Amino acid sequence: MAEDHLPQVLVLRPPKCFTAYETQFSEKFHFLKAWESPLPTTDFLATHAASVEAILCNSFTPITADILHHLPSLKLIVTTSVGHDHINLPECRRRGISIADAGHVFSEDCADLAVGLLIDVLRKISAADRFVRAGLWPISGDYPLGSKLGGKRVGIVGLGSIGLGVAKRLEAFGCIISYNSRKEKANLPYRFYSNACELGANSDALVICCALNDETHHMINKEVMKALGKEGVIVNVGRGAIIDEKELVQCLVEGEIGGAGLDVFENEPDLPEELFTLDNVVLSPHLAVATPESLSGLFHLMMGNLEAYFSNKPLLSPLLDE
Amino acid sequence: MKMENIRILLTYPVPEYLVQELEKRFTVFKFRDVASNPQLLGEISNSIRAIVGTSAWGADAGLIDALPKLEIVASYSVGFDKIDLVKCKERGITVTNTPDVLSDDVADCAIGLALATVRRICVCDRFVRGRKWKEGEFELTTKFHYTIRKTLMKSCKCDGGTKGHYSKFMSLNDLCLGAPLKVTRSGCSGGGISEKVHCVEEAIHLKSRGTYFDQKFSGKSVGIVGLGRIGSAIAKRAEAFGCKISYHSRSEKPESYYKFYPNLIDLATNCKILFVACALSKGTHHIVDRKVIDALGPKGIIVNIGRGALINEPELVSALLEGRLAGAGLDVFEHEPKVPEELLRLENVVLQPHVGSDTVETSIAMSDLVIKNLEAHFQNKPVLTPVI
Repeated sequence: MAEDHLPQVLVLRPPKCFTAYETQFSEKFHFLKAWESPLPTTDFLATHAASVEAILCNSFTPITADILHHLPSLKLIVTTSVGHDHINLPECRRRGISIADAGHVFSEDCADLAVGLLIDVLRKISAADRFVRAGLWPISGDYPLGSKLGGKRVGIVGLGSIGLGVAKRLEAFGCIISYNSRKEKANLPYRFYSNACELGANSDALVICCALNDETHHMINKEVMKALGKEGVIVNVGRGAIIDEKELVQCLVEGEIGGAGLDVFENEPDLPEELFTLDNVVLSPHLAVATPESLSGLFHLMMGNLEAYFSNKPLLSPLLDE
Repeated sequence: MKMENIRILLTYPVPEYLVQELEKRFTVFKFRDVASNPQLLGEISNSIRAIVGTSAWGADAGLIDALPKLEIVASYSVGFDKIDLVKCKERGITVTNTPDVLSDDVADCAIGLALATVRRICVCDRFVRGRKWKEGEFELTTKFHYTIRKTLMKSCKCDGGTKGHYSKFMSLNDLCLGAPLKVTRSGCSGGGISEKVHCVEEAIHLKSRGTYFDQKFSGKSVGIVGLGRIGSAIAKRAEAFGCKISYHSRSEKPESYYKFYPNLIDLATNCKILFVACALSKGTHHIVDRKVIDALGPKGIIVNIGRGALINEPELVSALLEGRLAGAGLDVFEHEPKVPEELLRLENVVLQPHVGSDTVETSIAMSDLVIKNLEAHFQNKPVLTPVI
């Protein structure tokens, strides 16, 4: 069989990109499909994956120390996500395993959704759409006033390619941009704040675009939300656990902050009940990057990374140690 | 100068702030009180010197005729299509509106509507609120539904008519277990095809292809109808998303670097998202008609923040129902506050109750401008923002 000559790539659970482009992927690689086997994962790996050098995964498939332990020949992890919080990075570093991610493929779509959520919360778009669909316009007359975007101070948490995309877009609406990042970035017209609390105190809205790691876990906590204030709005397109979700819900319910637009949550798809009935939140099922165009771009990038590795060329979108 | 005795007729509804500011300065009669009280109307009609109108209520010929002392119509809106300008000119009545101060808000609303429509933000919010996320992922369920409907419409030999064919939503789980697809069709007389076989084939194709429905917003080609203050503000924002901008206007704007199309159909042919941002007049009534909608095509999106009557609404509705248009974001309608029933059930539209300029900040700015126009007029100074 031709596929015996093709390089092997392990897939534990199929990312959407794999499902959509399986035919094209399979022209160049032989995929070990762990999810199709009746064996438990670690048994499957022990039986079939001893010589596997590459794995293709998404952000919903944790690459734990245990999994890594069962892949003694692993040299490359290709993840279809921008986030790496599902991968045991220290263990990968120790073993010299390279990681390739989604690079900038999703940055535009993610920035678009972040801006869309912010406008929705401030201008009550989803809430007003519900109002019209419920047939209330002829009955209730006017709808409550929203809040103007122009002149709002927007604090971006994490100024990577997604955060920069958000900044560029919101500037055109007359928003005043500042940010918090691990390090200040040179040559930018935006004000830098060294911690999220100070950023919150000087902002009318926070847009979370950073990665989830030990430093950013629950970084947006009660203190930050109190600093943001009762009119403040939070938009999150990063990872749910960057925000202390219990605290967020309490602040929303008690009116300690003004509203939230959320694409990510701590325990997807389980959400705190209270969110379902709040009028000042907009909820999205982790779809910031779900466009056909992005999927196609992602396919080309994943394919390119795998091809590069197996022909000893540099990866297209390596995760670099900083 | 004492102005408390100046009598003003206030149409409705306007924000409380404007009512308060007017009542501080003038004697204000609210139209809704007057309309239901013919005796009061009779008493005051000879002394009303000003009308404060809105986009919903202006001053038509009948009202102007009933108010012989009317000197000024100060509209709390930028549009003045509900004011009989010919009559006002005849009578020497000053008309003012509220341009500029609301351009940003309306442009923000336009982009917000476009994003919400293209990225399905409201649909997703309903999906999550309806506690459906736990049952399965969003894109799988929605894509499946739409594809089945399209397939049936293409294959059935009956003429379908405007009712079209509607399929019942089936969960992907049921499909995988081999359950036959049940389809309800309305208005079908052509016998059609073996929809069971056809649909199962289509569904299997779906399952193996992976399913994303949303379209990307950034980089989409944008067409703007009317490159005035609001149209320009929309263009500036869309550019920040990497969109290429072109426009149609009464005349080309030499100071603009966007591509100009003297023909609206050419503009629609060459863009994916069409923003309707011009004023409503005799010349622009139903300017977006069947031909323009067809030119925009089945992947096109229309956003209307101008006036409902700029678009042929029945044509828009049938295009959306029949899949000849991908979606629409609408802040205005031909017969507000009535919205066509069919739109209320569609997932590819976003509906707003004419809130383009409805923010706390802008309502204050608009109210202040109305007050300044009235004060200037009654102090015999030039008004700030005359229409005529």
